[in-house]
Amino acid sequence: MKPWITTVARWRKKERSLVTAEARFPALVVAALVFMAFIFLVAILADVIAPYDYRAQSLRLRLASPVFLEGDLRHILGTDELGRDVFSRLLYATRFSIVIALAGTLMGATLGTLLGFIAAHYRGTVEEGIMMLADVQASLPFMLIALALIAAFGGSVLLFTAIMGIYGWEVFARLTRGVVLSANGQGYATAMTALGAPPRHIYWRHILPNILSVLIVQFTLNFPQVILLETSLSFLGLGIRPPLTSLGQMLGAGRAYITTAWWVAILPGSLIFLTTMSISIIGDWLRDRFDPTLRNQ
Amino acid sequence: MTEQNPILSVEGLCVGFRTAAGFADTVHDVSFSIGHRKTLCIVGESGSGKSVTCQAILGLLAGNGAQTGGRILFEGHDLGAMSETELEAIRGRGIGMVFQDPLGSLNPVHTVGRLLDEALLLHTQLNRSDRHVRSIELLRLVRIPDPEQRLKAYVHQFSGGMAQRVMIAIALACRPQLLIADEPTTALDVTIQAQILELLNHLKSELGMSLLFITHDLGVVAEMADDVVVMRHGRVVEAGPLTQVFNTPASDYTKSLLDAVARLDTPSPAYRWRDVS
Ligand SMILES: Nc1ncnc2c1ncn2[C@@H]1O[C@H](COP(=O)(O)OP(=O)(O)OP(=O)(O)O)[C@@H](O)[C@H]1O
Ligand SMILES: [Mg+2]
Repeated sequence: MKPWITTVARWRKKERSLVTAEARFPALVVAALVFMAFIFLVAILADVIAPYDYRAQSLRLRLASPVFLEGDLRHILGTDELGRDVFSRLLYATRFSIVIALAGTLMGATLGTLLGFIAAHYRGTVEEGIMMLADVQASLPFMLIALALIAAFGGSVLLFTAIMGIYGWEVFARLTRGVVLSANGQGYATAMTALGAPPRHIYWRHILPNILSVLIVQFTLNFPQVILLETSLSFLGLGIRPPLTSLGQMLGAGRAYITTAWWVAILPGSLIFLTTMSISIIGDWLRDRFDPTLRNQ
Repeated sequence: MTEQNPILSVEGLCVGFRTAAGFADTVHDVSFSIGHRKTLCIVGESGSGKSVTCQAILGLLAGNGAQTGGRILFEGHDLGAMSETELEAIRGRGIGMVFQDPLGSLNPVHTVGRLLDEALLLHTQLNRSDRHVRSIELLRLVRIPDPEQRLKAYVHQFSGGMAQRVMIAIALACRPQLLIADEPTTALDVTIQAQILELLNHLKSELGMSLLFITHDLGVVAEMADDVVVMRHGRVVEAGPLTQVFNTPASDYTKSLLDAVARLDTPSPAYRWRDVS
C-alpha cells in the first residue's frame, strides 16, 4: 500500500474517533464535569487548602483588595468587612452549601421515591392521600412553607437541612408513582409475580433498576434548585447564619459593599451560578444518554 | 376428563372486571381438570377469556378484576383460600407460567444469568455456585447453544425463539409440576414455533409435568393435547379428550372451527374448476 494512503486512513480513523468522542462527551459537558469534580474536591479538602480559619477576623485589614486588584499576597482573594480571608471563607462556604444541598436533595429523593412506590402499590385512599399532599406542596410557593417552618421552629442547621429535604419530594413521588404504575403493567413484573416473587422483591430488584435512570436525571434537576433555595434563604439571613457560612450567606453579607468591595459578593455569586449551571448541563446530558429513543443517534 | 386425582381442577370459575362501562362478566362457569402428566389445551378465538382463565389460576388478575365464583384446586388445595405468602410458594414451584411475549416478560436490565439465578434463589436453598451450575444445566435443557456465554447476555441480544427458550428455562427452574403456557408460540415464526412445541412436549415427558396449553390454533392442539377445552365468549362450549372433540364434535361452534381448518387442507374451488375445464 502507498504510504500516503495509510497516512490518510490513519488520519481519517483518528478524526472519526474524535467525532464519536465529541458526540458522547460534548465539550460543554466535559467542562461541567471537570468543574463539578473540582467543586467536590474543594468541598472535601476545604480545611486542608484554607490558609486561614474562615472565622478569624483581622479588623485592621478590612475589605483588603484581592491579588488581581493589586492587593498583597497574604489574602489572594482579599478580605471582607470583618477582615476575614475571602478565599478561606469561599472554601468553607462551598463545603456547607454542597453538603446541605446534597443531603437535602438525597432526603427529598428518598422520601418522594418511597411515597411514590407506596402510592403505586396500595392505590386507593393511600394513593389519593399522598397525591393530595403532593398537590398541596406543588401549589404553594415553597419559600412560604420554608419561612413558616423557620418562623415556627427557629433556625437550627438540622431544621434547615430537613427543610431542604422536604423540598422537591413531590416531584419524585409523582414521577415514581407514574413509572411504577406503568412498570407494574409490564410483562416482566407479571412474569416475576408468576414466578413467586413477593412485591418488595419485584420493586427493589426489577422495577427500581428500570426507573433508576429517570430518578438520577430528576436528582440532577433538583440539586441546583436546592442550592438556589439554600442560598436564597441564607441570603435573607434565614438559613445558614454567622459564624457558619454558605455561599448564599456570603453573598447576602457582601451585597452592602458591592460598590466598594465587589469581590466579597461577586465571587460567591459566580460560584453559585457556575455550580448550578454545571449540574444542569450534566443533568440534560444524562437525560439524553438514558433516553433509549435518543441513544445510538 | 374427570380424573381420580387431577393435579389441577377448575370448578365453575367466574371472573369479572370493573370497567368504565360498568361491571363486565368475562368468564362464566368454566370447569376443567388436568391429570398428572397430561396436556390440556384451551382453544378459542381472541377475547374468549383464555388468558383471563390462566391469570385467575395463578391469582394474577389485573387490579380491576376479581374471581367472582368457583374454586381452583391445585393438588386438592383451594388456591382461593390461600394467603398471599402461600400463593407465592405455589407460584414458580408448583405451577410455572410461560407468556406469549418472551421479550416483554424478561426484564431488560438484567442478564439472563441473573434472571435464572433469581428464579432459583426464590425457591431453593442452593448457594451461588450451585445456582450457576444449575442455570447452565437449565439453558442446556432448553437447548440453547453455548450456555456459559449466553448467561452473560441481555434479553435484547436474543431472538424471539431463543428468548422464549430462556423464558421456559426460567419457568422450569424450580421444577413445577404444572406448566401453564399462554400462547407461547404466537409471536414466533412457523419453524421456530414447531421447535418450541417439540421442546415443550419433550420437557413434559422428561420432567413428568402436566401442561396447560393455551392456543387459538387447532393444528397445535392436534399436536399437543390429551384433552381439549373449547371456549367462546367466556364459556366452555365443548370439552373432552382430543379424539372425541376432533372426530365427533358436539357443538356447532367446534364443527365450524374444524371445518375452517379442513377447508385449508383441500384445494380451493376455483382451482378445481380450472381443472375441470
Ligand atoms: N384488565 C381488564 N379489564 C377489563 N377487561 C379485561 C381485562 N383483561 C381482559 N379483559 C377482557 O376479557 C376478555 C377476555 O380476554 P382474554 O385476554 O382472556 O382473551 P384471550 O382469549 O386470551 O384472547 P387472545 O387470544 O387474544 O389472547 C376480553 O374481552 C378483554 O377485553
Ligand atoms: Mg390471551
